[in-house]
Parts: sequence; C-alpha cells; structure tokens
Amino acid sequence: MDFADSADERDFRLRLRAWLDDNNPRLGPSSTTDEYWEAQPAWHRSLYQAGFFGLSWPKEYGGYGMPSVYDVIVDEELADAGAPPRPSVGYLVQGILHHGSEETKTRFLPGIINGQDRWCQGFSEPDAGSDLASLRTRAMAEGDEYVINGHKIWTSYSDLAEWCFLLARTDPEVPKHKGLSVFAVRMDQPQIEQRPLKMMNGITREFGEVVFDGARVPAKNMIGAPGEGWPLAMTIVSHEREPHELGYAGRYQKTVKELVRIVKENPSKYDAEQKRDLAWAIVEADMLQRHVCRRLSDRLDGIQHGPEGSVDKLLMTWTEQTVGHAALTTGGCAHDGGDPTWLNTYLYSRAQSVMGGTSQVQRNLVAQRILGLPAS
Amino acid sequence: MDVRLSPEQHQLRDSAAQIAERLGPKAVGQLEDRERAAKLEAAVAESGWLELRTPDEEGEPWADAVAVAIVAEQLARGRADVGFFGPTLAAELRRLAGAPQATTTETVALLPDLSAPASLGDDAVAIDAFGETSALVLVPTSVSGGGWALATVAVPERGGGVDLTRPAAWIETASGAPVPDQARPITEQELTRWTALGLSMACADLVGNMQGALDLTGEYAKQRQQYGKSIGSFQAVQHLLADAVVHLEGSRSAALHAAWSVDALDPADALGHAAAAKAYCARGARIVCETAIQVHGGIGNTWDCLAHVHLRRALLSTKVLGGIGPSLTRVLEHAGIDPKKAAADGLR
Repeated sequence: MDFADSADERDFRLRLRAWLDDNNPRLGPSSTTDEYWEAQPAWHRSLYQAGFFGLSWPKEYGGYGMPSVYDVIVDEELADAGAPPRPSVGYLVQGILHHGSEETKTRFLPGIINGQDRWCQGFSEPDAGSDLASLRTRAMAEGDEYVINGHKIWTSYSDLAEWCFLLARTDPEVPKHKGLSVFAVRMDQPQIEQRPLKMMNGITREFGEVVFDGARVPAKNMIGAPGEGWPLAMTIVSHEREPHELGYAGRYQKTVKELVRIVKENPSKYDAEQKRDLAWAIVEADMLQRHVCRRLSDRLDGIQHGPEGSVDKLLMTWTEQTVGHAALTTGGCAHDGGDPTWLNTYLYSRAQSVMGGTSQVQRNLVAQRILGLPAS
Repeated sequence: MDVRLSPEQHQLRDSAAQIAERLGPKAVGQLEDRERAAKLEAAVAESGWLELRTPDEEGEPWADAVAVAIVAEQLARGRADVGFFGPTLAAELRRLAGAPQATTTETVALLPDLSAPASLGDDAVAIDAFGETSALVLVPTSVSGGGWALATVAVPERGGGVDLTRPAAWIETASGAPVPDQARPITEQELTRWTALGLSMACADLVGNMQGALDLTGEYAKQRQQYGKSIGSFQAVQHLLADAVVHLEGSRSAALHAAWSVDALDPADALGHAAAAKAYCARGARIVCETAIQVHGGIGNTWDCLAHVHLRRALLSTKVLGGIGPSLTRVLEHAGIDPKKAAADGLR
C-alpha cells in the first residue's frame, strides 16, 4: 500500500513538469469562456504528441500502452502547473474499445486519441433524457447506407465536432432497449443542422442541438452489431461517470489551487465563512484525488468497473459543486467590469449533477446494484 | 503508486474483522455482558495489535500507521468495546520518549474537549478508561530545545460518557508520576506526527463505524415492510442509503491516504492530510449514523436499537484530537492561509 511514486513514475513526473514549463498554454479555467473551447483542440494534440495523453490505451490504436496510474500523475502535475486538464474523451475510447470491430477500432480510435478528430456524443433527445432508451431518432437501412432522421440535444462538443457518435433506433418493432444501434456519422453534411445552445454561464461552444434531416451514414460506420446500441451506450455512460476517465480530479485541484492563491494574497479580505467554504473545497478535492488512486489500484487486480462508477460519479459531482460554492463565495459574483471566471465556474458546476446521468439516477443504481435493495 | 492492501494487510484486516464479529456486541444488551467484553479484551491482547507502535530494535514502530488503521476500522465496524486507540497512542508516546513500554494497561489523557493531549496540571479526560488503567500526560520540559516528557496518572474507575463502547473518565492530573527511564524529550515535530497518527486512527474508526451502521441499516431496509412491501424499495429511502454509501467510500479513500501519510510524509504534511480526512470522515459519519436512525424509524429512536451505538461512537471519534472546525483550521494552515486573519473569525 503506497501512494508514493515508483522510480519510473518519478521520472515520468519530472519529464512532464519540465515539458509544462515551456508548453503550458495558460488558459483560464475550463468551461468558463468560449476561448477555452477554441484553444482546447490544440492543447489536446500538443499533450498527445509530447507523450502525456492517451497513456493507458493500447498502442495499436494510438495509445501509449502504459498503466492507468500514470494518468493520476498527469492530473496532479497539470493542476500544479495551472495547465488545462486532460481532454475528456476516455468514455468514447472505452465504448469503441469494448464494442467496436477490429476495423472500426483501427479506423476511429487513433484520431480520437491523438486529437485530430473531434467527436460529439449524440445520445439525449428532447423527450429522452434520463429515459434514454425511449429515444426516437431513426436510422433506416437503404442499400449499404442508413438514413437518419431525428433531433439530438445537450450534445457535448457538437459545435467543434467532425464526427457524431450517434445512438439511433434501427428497429422499432422490438422492445425499446433492443432496437438501438450506434453509428459514426460525419457532421459535415447539409442534412445535419447544428445549433449551439448557450449555457447559463454564457458559453456557446460547448454543447448544442443537432437536427438530422435525411442525413446519411455508410452501414460500415456502425459501431458494434445492429441492436448493440444500448449495452454500448451503457459502457459509455458508466465510463463517463468515472473521474479518472475525465481527468476531473485534476481539474478541480487546479481551481482549488487558484482560489487558495487568491485568498493567500489578502487573507484579511475574507471572512470565516468564505474560508470555511474554501477549506471544504480543499478537503473534497483532496479526497477525490485519493479516491481515483484507490480505484485505479483496484484495477491492477483486473477488477473492471461496475456499479461503483455511480458512487464515483456522485463523489465527483459533490466535489465539483463544493468547489463551485467556494469559487462563488471566495471568487465572488461578477459585477460590471469584474472577472466573471468564478461566477462561471460556479454556474457550470450545476451541470455535473445532470450530465452523464443525473444524481437521482446514480442514487437508484447505487441503492439497487450495490446495496441490493429491490427496484420500486 | 499502488494503494492495494498487501497480502499481509489483507490477513490483518480479516483477523481483526473476525474477532470483532465474534466478540463485539451484537445487541445493545450485550454491552453489559462483561464476560464477553473480557474475552474480546483477551483476544485483542493476544493478537499483538496493542504492540503495533511499540519499538523494534532500531526504535522504529513494528508496524506502520496503515496497519493500525486497518485494525481500528474493523474494530469499529464490529462495535468492539475494547481499548485500542488509547493504548496505541500511549505506546507511541513511550516509543518517542525512548521509555520502556508500560507493563499494565495504559491510555492517554486529553484536554476536556478532547482536542489535544493534556499536560500535567490540566483538567483532563482519559479515553478508553475501562477501569484499572493509567493515562499518560505530557510534561513540558525546560531543557534546551524544549519538548515534552511523560508522566502517568492512575485511572482506577471505569468511565462513562457519550460512547457506550469506549468509556472516558474525568481525571485529576496534578499528581502525575514521572515515567521512569525516559531517554529524551518528545519534540514538537514528533508530537505533530503523533497527532497525525491519532487523527488517522480516528478516521479509520469513523469509516468502520459508518460501515457497521450501514450494514445494519441496509439489512433492516430489506426486511421492514410497510404498505405491503419492503421500505428499501421506496426511492426516498434508497436515496438516503445511496448517499450513505457515497459518504462511506469517499471517507475510506481519504482515511487510507491519511494513514499512509503518517509515516511517509513530513509531519506538517501528514497533519494537513490527516486533518482533511478527519473533516471529511467526521461529516460523513454523522450523516451516515443519522441516516441509520432515520431508516430504522421509531425503533431507531429507542435505546435498544444499535444505530445510536454507532452514532455515539462517531461523536467521540469526531472530537478526538480535533473535530470538524479545528480540522478545517488545520487544512487552511497547511494551505498557507492564516485562518485567524479574517474580518469576522468564527472558524473554531
């Protein structure tokens, strides 16, 4: 039982630290400005090319084939340097890794991992949020193509994406969970309309609505088998619940360190209540980092993720929202001419208990799959 | 980085769990069963767990704080009414002072609010006061460099207090007897690390205690029927219990790191991380134990329900060496923020 670096881990950490001295783009906190999202693809590629992203994924698909504990080091060092967090594409990679054919893995994974291709995730619909399996977007076979009609919403990164990871109904005759399939769809066709949604913190580049009006996708772009859409989507969302796949422990640490720095500059400006909020943010961000270490260590025994992902999603959510409260109380609300960063950080934190499965859905899963309580 | 338990650590956990399960109280009435409690005490003495922090040939502790935390967690899970926390902290004090280990049962004396070790002359409370024991108090030394020596005070009677599994006794410390053959004063740095050890044990106790409360409550929610079905099938109850699981798992991760930090990091960092874990675990334990009472309903509010045994144990562990307020103060200090330099300071 050892939280300390091995000799190899230490070497890696020092190399990363040295690289960051020269290559830190010093963007503001994630998801607080449109500029952040505009600069993010370049950051992804630069981190990958230097050998610090895609670490735990297989070499044959563009990863570096390293143990996933190295991601913890990346998260810690990025946070310490005030650099942007790791790109959050792990859940997409895991979905394709677990369900894709050899051909789709070889075709799509390298571009996702190295940052050349941007993907959005077309899951939710206006009438299918938590009840995802009731989605209505149709993909109908026509020759060696499928024709897509439907409406996706809250689609993360739809603005920047070249590809959509689309969950659509291919068979309306079977029970709702069985008739879904997944496709890799090009976004640059006239039959696809992408409309950005403005988030409550003012960001317009992060997510949007996507309308498919007779868009086309070659049948060979199906990921997994026909009807495998539901298990594939569940693989994706279960990974989307893991702070490790998202690099979020580092993201929160970065915010906390920045708030500590600000308060340290002039401690007498802050009252006991503000300091108390900041102290809780330190405590929870610290906890989450250790928690990720624990989960990744468990995987060294080959334990695969299961319903614990819902516990982790709730821990991650509570941490982000505690950090959000500290950002609000110590960073302050923006008045005219003031810095909106901390207000925007707070407002963005409210999304964490909704995206990737609401906290209410996670609690149902914890109660039924971990505690073994009967479904209501 | 690999924070899995080693095979030896797994073994230690399993044997502590076994003893706590076999000899810990399984009903509130069993707390009065002195014969059972004596068997538990004998089994713990036999196991060697009370010697984990006694010195080896080089003066280093036989076992690291992780081993201590593993035992503490399992004892708490089984509501073990036995001295472990106090005797372990007493053994550590003697080791640090280079004094021979006690030959009779010994614990430590804390200030009345339990937030710090007591010094000679202070009003004090001896924890783990099961009767016929003695407690160590600190004696500030005036030799160059300062530091502390040790004295013992008799604690003849069994104490009482909030925790039904671990009695605490008010003691008079004016007439402490110096511990013979102390080789050196305990330094401030050493006392900081000792505090981190105590906090990490308290965290482990809180984690085990939460697990014990949740074990009880999960079972109860499956069995108890209302409206013709088990109350555990209702979403409102499920969400309370799901939150309890989340508090428990977060606390487990924080407590594990705190225990590792005790021997692996320098004292200030060990204390900072232990304090962060303490705040986290203490908040979680209160929520989990209160949930246990709520889900047990009317029965949960009676003396005969084990839920309050867990809540009471959590309340004591929370106060030991600093509750949530003092822990958050330490967290801020560790981050380099002076918590007192504030317009209106209420962080206490």
